[in-house]
Amino acid sequence: MATVEERAESGGKGVSEEVLRRFFREMLLIRRFEEKVEERFRAGELPGFLHVAIGQEATATGVCAALERDDVIASTHRAHGHAIAKGTAVERIMAELYGKVEGCSHGFGGSMHLYDLEVGNLGANAVVAGGIPGIVGAALAFQTRNEPRVAVAFFGDGATNTGTFHESLNLGQLWKVPAIFVLENNGWAESTPAKQHLPLPVDELGKRAQAFGMKLIEADGQDVEAVYLATLAAREHAVSGKGPVLLHLRTFRLTGHYVGDPQIYRAKDELKETRETKDPIELLRARLELSDDELATIDGEVTAEVEASVVFAKAGTDPKPEDALKYVYA
Amino acid sequence: MPEVTYREAVRDALARAMREDERVFLMGEDIAEMGGSMAVTQGLLEEFGPKRVRNTPISEMAIVGSGIGAAMQGLRPVVEIMYEDFLTLSMEQLVNQAAKHRTMSGGQLSVPLTIRTQGGAGWSPGAQHAQQLEAWFVHVPGLKVVFASTPEDVRGLLWSAIYDENPVVFFEHRTLYPIKGEIPDELEPIPLGKARIHREGTDVSVIATGRLVHEALAAADEAEKDGISVEVVDPRTLQPLDEEAIIASVVKTTRAVTAHEAVTRGGFGAELTAVIQHGAFDYLDAPIERVGAKFAPLPFAPVMEEHVIPHAADVLAAIKRTVARA
Repeated sequence: MATVEERAESGGKGVSEEVLRRFFREMLLIRRFEEKVEERFRAGELPGFLHVAIGQEATATGVCAALERDDVIASTHRAHGHAIAKGTAVERIMAELYGKVEGCSHGFGGSMHLYDLEVGNLGANAVVAGGIPGIVGAALAFQTRNEPRVAVAFFGDGATNTGTFHESLNLGQLWKVPAIFVLENNGWAESTPAKQHLPLPVDELGKRAQAFGMKLIEADGQDVEAVYLATLAAREHAVSGKGPVLLHLRTFRLTGHYVGDPQIYRAKDELKETRETKDPIELLRARLELSDDELATIDGEVTAEVEASVVFAKAGTDPKPEDALKYVYA
Repeated sequence: MPEVTYREAVRDALARAMREDERVFLMGEDIAEMGGSMAVTQGLLEEFGPKRVRNTPISEMAIVGSGIGAAMQGLRPVVEIMYEDFLTLSMEQLVNQAAKHRTMSGGQLSVPLTIRTQGGAGWSPGAQHAQQLEAWFVHVPGLKVVFASTPEDVRGLLWSAIYDENPVVFFEHRTLYPIKGEIPDELEPIPLGKARIHREGTDVSVIATGRLVHEALAAADEAEKDGISVEVVDPRTLQPLDEEAIIASVVKTTRAVTAHEAVTRGGFGAELTAVIQHGAFDYLDAPIERVGAKFAPLPFAPVMEEHVIPHAADVLAAIKRTVARA
């Protein structure tokens, strides 16, 4: 979560090295978490199926760092990074992936339905664009009560082709609700590349905002500082009553759509080049000029945290089968 | 006991809730200056202003979806979907989101959202403005479904729907808006899940919803002339369903007819029939009869529309078939 001091530090120009190091640590935590999830899934320990956000850590960390604790988010099927960045402990996310009562959705949600009301996570959604209209409504509630809060929807480039997206941004702008629509544009709708599903060049997808007369803010989604500063600006715009913002972040998915995706649709040289040039963690490491020792220290800490989350999850409590009917109605 | 129309009764419930509780607000197409396409919300803009009586774009998905978000954040939205045919445009938000947030979150969230809509044939709108789709929503765990047939019921049930902690799909019937009935001075909430016995009888139970409650009552009057005593039961809430009241009625009468305007195939009568055969199997003296629309999209020409949808005569014929089996 951002603090007032951090905002002052950033001064609209840049972020202190200390804060950037904290971002680095969180991004590496997300990366190690995702890698562990892949490993445990392949080992047959995790039910269901999983989508990891390797390569997209900077969007999760940069956006959520600029939010306040009582701002709310709606996430997507690629949810782990968002949940971590919004403040849910990794052990509770891992426990959810193992289907345990200690999980952040108490075993009812799974990877694609991570919730944590305490930190303002209104849930990850397995229907593309499914969470966007709810964010308009949450923002409407904040506006109605004159609360200085924002509601934030994450979604990808694929979602911008749905009617839900267009109806929601249209309504949100019409009513000038304090919402941020975060477009994590990784250029893929599952296996379908941007050129087959977008009528605009992939880098120009922010133009969608023009159709609604909506404020557009864009940032390099692989640069966590840029994402953070852009989100601060978006938040400022939204809470000041000027209306919602489309926050367009160009990012890159360095793995398949789901864990186990052989990516037969993706050119090997493109994937290799993207991994070598677009990894947000490598980019930040270079910028911070972290020594091998410093990196090893941070990596050791986050890896231990992830390992501990697996131990916590495995020791967790299985729900009783009959608990399945517990929350159908309030 | 003042006499009011069904339309006025809906409006009264909305107005009272909005007067008492600033969390309650309305969203929908043409509900503000125009007062709704069925004139239900007339006068509410003047009393409550444009922030609480919100005209929306033609965006059913966003209307329901933003209602969900506002409900999750502590408001009590009542959204109007102009025709229940247009509920189909909001199905993703209703079925995947509203109904499931509570379970998916492991009980962290609830969605106290009311979705009012109306439908019903008899005025030749053709195939896309008069369907009866209530059975679709009964099939979704997490949704509650109400279908009110009288002014008193519609007011008391709507109040309960607004104050229910769950998403409630609230069906009104277009042809019932002008009917009149006495209602108490003070609003008496009617709990969801309680059936109403409109008329007691001993030979046949007709379990009817919506407009068919009135057709069933007319059929019961006719049957009485032939010495057949008909009990008419309106479940009022389709989910949760007052199984106990329905089974008790059929145990008493030993014969049952289900009646609704929706098509018979896969209609709510199928569920009622299953509940009755299981709960009153040893008491049944005749196969359960189902009355509903013929299996066709509603045609435009009045003579064809009339042919497709059920009327009192169809209920009476079904009553007589059950009696003939004894």
